[in-house]
This record gives sequence, structure tokens and C-alpha cells, in this order.
Amino acid sequence: MAGQKKYLLLPNITADKIKNLLKSGKRSDGRGLTDYRKLTVEVGTVPKAEGSALVKLGESYVIAGIKVDLGTPFPDTPDKGVLVVNAEVLPVASFYAEPGPPDEDAIELSRVIDRGVRESEMIDLSKLVLIPGQKVYTVFADVSVLNVDGNLFDAASYAVVSALSQARIPEYAVDGQGNIEATGNRIPLPITTLPISVTTAKIGDSLLVDPTGEEEAIMDARLTLTCDEEGHFCAGQKGGAGTFTKNELLRIAEIAREKSEEIRAQLRAMIQVAKGYT
Amino acid sequence: MSLIDEIGKRVDGRALDELRPVRLEVGILPNADGSAYIEMGKNKIMAAVYGPRQVHPRHISQSENAILRVRYHMSPFSTDTRKNPAPSRREIEISKVIKEALQPALLLEDYPRTAIDVYLEVLQSDGGSRCACITAASLALADAGINMSDMVVACAAGKADGKLILDLSDQEDKEGQADMPVAWMPNLDQITLLQLDGKLTQQEFAQALNLALSGCSKLYEMQKDALRKRYFGASEATSEAIE
Repeated sequence: MAGQKKYLLLPNITADKIKNLLKSGKRSDGRGLTDYRKLTVEVGTVPKAEGSALVKLGESYVIAGIKVDLGTPFPDTPDKGVLVVNAEVLPVASFYAEPGPPDEDAIELSRVIDRGVRESEMIDLSKLVLIPGQKVYTVFADVSVLNVDGNLFDAASYAVVSALSQARIPEYAVDGQGNIEATGNRIPLPITTLPISVTTAKIGDSLLVDPTGEEEAIMDARLTLTCDEEGHFCAGQKGGAGTFTKNELLRIAEIAREKSEEIRAQLRAMIQVAKGYT
Repeated sequence: MSLIDEIGKRVDGRALDELRPVRLEVGILPNADGSAYIEMGKNKIMAAVYGPRQVHPRHISQSENAILRVRYHMSPFSTDTRKNPAPSRREIEISKVIKEALQPALLLEDYPRTAIDVYLEVLQSDGGSRCACITAASLALADAGINMSDMVVACAAGKADGKLILDLSDQEDKEGQADMPVAWMPNLDQITLLQLDGKLTQQEFAQALNLALSGCSKLYEMQKDALRKRYFGASEATSEAIE
């Protein structure tokens, strides 16, 4: 059972300012309700990793690294590679972050990113098998939050997606006797789509995308929806102690579809998606 | 293997928009301040509420309101292969989303400096155990006499063989294309939990939401019945007379 989370303590005067501005459809940093903060992606930040990406979304900084190992598949999916997503909020990231094992928020963060990558079938895991039931590629996507300023779900998800799509993993080959050897080549992961997560927060009656740390401190609830390239929703997660009406959810779904296309185009321009993998 | 046959029946014989058999009981654990038991399909789940009570450690208490703590736990014997009894990442996440699904209904400001603990033990698991837990937890909280602005009910909708279905079984969850658990406060008409695993179009998302809410409405009637039975020892017929 988790203890109490440490909240960003927001002075009442700041909270009131944010809420008053929202009444006239404005945000304290001048953005519109459906505007994202500036997004930058730098890939290949950590050359020792098979793939890596440093994402900055406003002042939320997140770095993701991909490492690949050989391992055994799960018994119920003998013909699929393994994907492991893990997220941590490092103690460097905020006044409130502490060293130690991931708390419930970090676990939720990793599981929501994982859901987006897995359910969109971003990586064709069936192509990561060397010997069915015995040897498969295990892809580890580890993501570390370096600076917290809200909307970690989206920032961390973009970092993982960027790092995965530009990763070059060591190629292995199986000979006639079933021996596995590295060929010395590096190959891209079998990428099928770029899933994009869009987080919308609710403050009072306002719906706004990409909440900052201050906005998150006073939000009633949030909904993260991840969209694939065909416009399907493939993962969703509501958070926070507040509620949504049905109409609000339908509006958020509409926002998420639109914004995901916009962000995907931005990401694509900043990374090179692996192509031509067979 | 197909999950829906040519006449639109599911593997367990249900129609697409039909709930699994549900059994609800309130006040089944003598020591707890409030308790409930739910069977939903093969799910068998106990919910116990302790509190409002003194918080340990004291420093995590809050001066303006009670803190709500939720533990969702699966018994080692609840699954096909033994589940390690240590809390998994899945259980930690589910505990968190259940807490956030229940919290909007609770008037925590009525109990400053205390804790309300909700313990959910899945004795046997099937699909949709988090939804069953929320429905049972809400009954246990009501049984504990905690001030609430509404009940909370939860039910999943999803997609199998290209069709939208209500209240997914374990098999439909694993082999189907999407699973979307939804929790709802029926009188305030507010949604307190929404998760999605699997692919839905925007139109299907809206339809699945409606379907899940229709399941929630049915469950809410059963919840009311279970509470009437506990407190008036009456079946629906007599309890209507009381109203």
C-alpha cells in the first residue's frame, strides 16, 4: 500500500490565477487549451544504448534508452519476442522526487507507456524470435525522468517511441545445430506504427492538453489516450480523484485524435523511423 | 477459435450486451467496519473497509480530510498458475486506479486526520476483476457508514470478433481486440474510471462507453437490492413497499 504522495505545493494565488484565466479560455503560459508546449526530440543521445532519445516537452525532460538481450519467451507466447518497459522518476528530477524503488505513480507511468506500445503493436514481436519457445529477443525500454514539469505520460511515451523507432539492435543467426551467434550486423526493430499518447486534463469545466506541473497540481482528473496511425485508440488511462461526464470523454477522444496526428508529424520530422525491415 | 458464434452468442452463451451472473452480499465479515462479497462470472472477491481510524504513521495524516488507501490483491490460488503473493506492478496500478475511482464518491472532508482502508481480496479471478472490486468496495464503504455522495459501479465493455461486447470474461479479455473498464456514479452521472487496452475506432469508443454505462446501470440496481437485503432483510418486492 502506498503512502501519501508529495504534491507540488501551489500557492493559492497561483491556483486562482490559473483558474480565473481558464474561465476566459486562457492559460497562464499563454497557450491555447489544445496547444502543446514546445516539443524537442534528440535521438542517439546515448550511443552505448541500442537506441535512445532525449525528449523535452516544455520543462519536462525525459530520456529513454533501449537495450536488447536474448531471453526465453513467455510460456503463453512462445512465438513472440519480449518487450519490457520501465519508468523511473530520478531524484535529480524534482524537489519532491526521492531515491528508491518506483512508487505507484512511476509504476502507473511505465504501465501506461507499455500499454500504448504493446496494444498498438508498434513492434512486430513475432519477428523477434530466433528459436520458437526457446530463444527470442528481449527489448528493454527504460525511461528516466530528468526534470518534472507535468505531463510525464506523454513526454515519456514520446521518448520510448522515438528511441524504439531509431534503435539498431545486434543481429543474431541460428545455424543448423541450433547455435546462436551474433552476425556483427545491426538491424532496426520491426516497427509497424507510431503510437502517440495525448493527455488531457480537466480543471473545473475546462479541458486542456499537455498540463504543466502547476496545472496538474490543481487538476481534477486527466485522461491519456494513445492513438495509432490508423486513428484507433489503443490505450487509455484516467487518473486523478475527479470525474468526467460522458460528453467530456467524447470531446477528449476528438481532441486526442486530432492532436495525435499533429504530434506524430512533429516526431517523425525529428527522428528517422526504421524502414525496410523484413 | 471464435468468441462469437453465427447466431451472436458468446462462448459462455451470453448475448453481446449481457452481464455475467452476479451475486452481491453485504456485511459478510464480522470484524470489518464494512464488508461486501461479489461474484461476477468466475470472479469471487471479498471487500473489507476499516475506518475511519487513526493513521499510522501519524505524519501521513491530513488535517483537512481522511486519506483513502486501497489494496487490490490476488490470492496465490486465484489463477490457473500460482500467483506470487507479493504485490505485482499490475496490482499496484490497479490499487491506484480503484482508489481514484472510489474517491470522488467519498466525503473525505468529513473525517479529518483519519484513514479509510479498503482491502480487496480476489479469491478467484476472471476478466473484469477491477470492475467487480469497485462495485463491491462501494457496497463495503456504504456498509461501513462512510459518508458518500453516490455509489460507484463499474463494468467493462470491449470488442471481440469485431463486435462490441459487455462485461468481458477472462477469455474474451485475452483473445478479444479491446477491453475498456468504466466506473460510474449513477446519480451524479459522472465517470470515475476509464481504461482502455486494445484497439477501438472513435465511433466504437463512443458506443463502448454507452454499452459499459448500460451494464453499470444494471449493476447499480443489484447494488441497491443487496443493501436493502442487508438492512431491511427484504427482497425487492417488500423494499419497494418501504420506499
